[in-house]
Amino acid sequence: MDNIFDFRLTWQLLSLDFVLSALLVAAVLGLLAGVLGPLIVSRNMAFSVHGTSELALTGGAAALLLGWDVGNGALAGAIVAALVLGLLTRRSSEYDSVIGVVLAFGLGLGVLMLWLYKGRAANKFGLLTGQIVGQDFASMALLTGAAVVVLAVLAVVYRPLLFASVDPDVARARGVPTTLLAVVFAVLVGVATALGVRTVGSLLVLALMVTPAAAAARVTASPLRATVLAVVFAEVSAVGGIVLSLAPGAPVSAFVTAISFLIYLVCWLFGRARRTALA
Amino acid sequence: MSTTPAVTLSGARLAYGDRVLWDGLDLDVAPGEFVAVLGPNGSGKTSLMRVLLGLRALSSGAVTVAGAAPGRANRRIGYIPQQRALDPALALRGRDLVGLGWDGHRWGLGLTGIRERRRRVDTALAEVGAEAFANRPVGMLSGGEQQRLRVAQALVGDPAVLLCDEPLLSLDLAHQRAVSDLIDTRRRTADTAVLFVTHEINPVLPLVDRVLYLVDGRFRIGPPDEVMTSETLSELYRTEVDVLRVRGQVHIVGGHGAVCEDFHLAEH
Repeated sequence: MDNIFDFRLTWQLLSLDFVLSALLVAAVLGLLAGVLGPLIVSRNMAFSVHGTSELALTGGAAALLLGWDVGNGALAGAIVAALVLGLLTRRSSEYDSVIGVVLAFGLGLGVLMLWLYKGRAANKFGLLTGQIVGQDFASMALLTGAAVVVLAVLAVVYRPLLFASVDPDVARARGVPTTLLAVVFAVLVGVATALGVRTVGSLLVLALMVTPAAAAARVTASPLRATVLAVVFAEVSAVGGIVLSLAPGAPVSAFVTAISFLIYLVCWLFGRARRTALA
Repeated sequence: MSTTPAVTLSGARLAYGDRVLWDGLDLDVAPGEFVAVLGPNGSGKTSLMRVLLGLRALSSGAVTVAGAAPGRANRRIGYIPQQRALDPALALRGRDLVGLGWDGHRWGLGLTGIRERRRRVDTALAEVGAEAFANRPVGMLSGGEQQRLRVAQALVGDPAVLLCDEPLLSLDLAHQRAVSDLIDTRRRTADTAVLFVTHEINPVLPLVDRVLYLVDGRFRIGPPDEVMTSETLSELYRTEVDVLRVRGQVHIVGGHGAVCEDFHLAEH
């Protein structure tokens, strides 16, 4: 940790190809997370995202056991989990407890499958903390391609999705297909979560998908400004976390979570002062 | 002035299994007409709204809204829900709520229509006198302020039919008056038909052209003077009910709590 402020070392490391590609991955994820985040927060889906990211681990473990690609398994696991959780009605008091129930069972299943696996799981199983360095070209292409698709679909459904998220009764009355949109959004979140799990790890997905948007919601009530701020906060956390971790060679997760948490704290204080002034 | 009815129901029946909410319901609502839908809880008032919005199918009979089958013309319907507590942390301003009423049902980001959207939203906000709080988070506004925004949200799309589901519930008298006057002005100036579900007729009594009174599968349609009488309501409730007119208000005194009007007044 002594050389965290060794800027010369940081600068040298920044010129390395694998570091640059890690930064690109982080930037793409930050954009995705920042754009999806405000909708996740408005829909009270933070716990559901957490569940989705943990169940991506189960998907990865299943793929490992069956001899498939771990990353694709994580993607499949996250999408299945997102679909199941997305179809639950948000307003029911069961919502939180059902996520807890599914999450616990899924993780248990994952542990069992890792135990059944004959090889050394740790070698191939970096899903918990991710492996942002060492992304090959194929997975970079997958990440970028998937991000483009997610953003394109989101651009098409954005207005009715926002309507259904913040004002579901009136949206339904105006003919917005709220159930269909819930499923579409769940899949988008599932894909983004799985991409996050592959790269930054399931521990960090929440730090990027929820914290920046929650911070933005403390300081602005405009959906557009909240989205722009969430993207900025997510980019600062993701890219900044990697850059700071370079010189000390420390785990990326620690820095990304610390930066996003710090941003949240500042926004929370700022928002409290503003709301007191308004009231 | 258009003469095609804004809403038509003919031989309409709605039943959940054995329980019939209403049957043989014939109702044509003319453009600009104000129809109050009254009745105790569970009498099918909200279900009627859901049928008109295309969220529930009739068990039998026919229905059209704004000249089309329900669900086909929802963008020509303005909908005002009950006031309910909104999350104070919700990232949404008053003007965003109204903006969603203008184009929230459309696909895409809506970047091309952004000027028109702002103009429409500003006009709608001005019409309900909501400019002063339009940029504040909706969850931090009072119930009366929220319902003004709800009226603007429902009217910004220039609806042919306005469906109101207990929009005055939990508002104080001054705000009840303000919100119902806004709705009345709209139907007089733009010929919008109003279906107004309520527990309490008094706040809107001077505005009501006709009443649809639903009780246990029975119903009566007519002007308030014909329906809100001891004779008619005793028949509907199948018990002795007295309707008293005091200072231009209708008070219903009945043997049991199923008679909603006083039951509800007692809550206030």
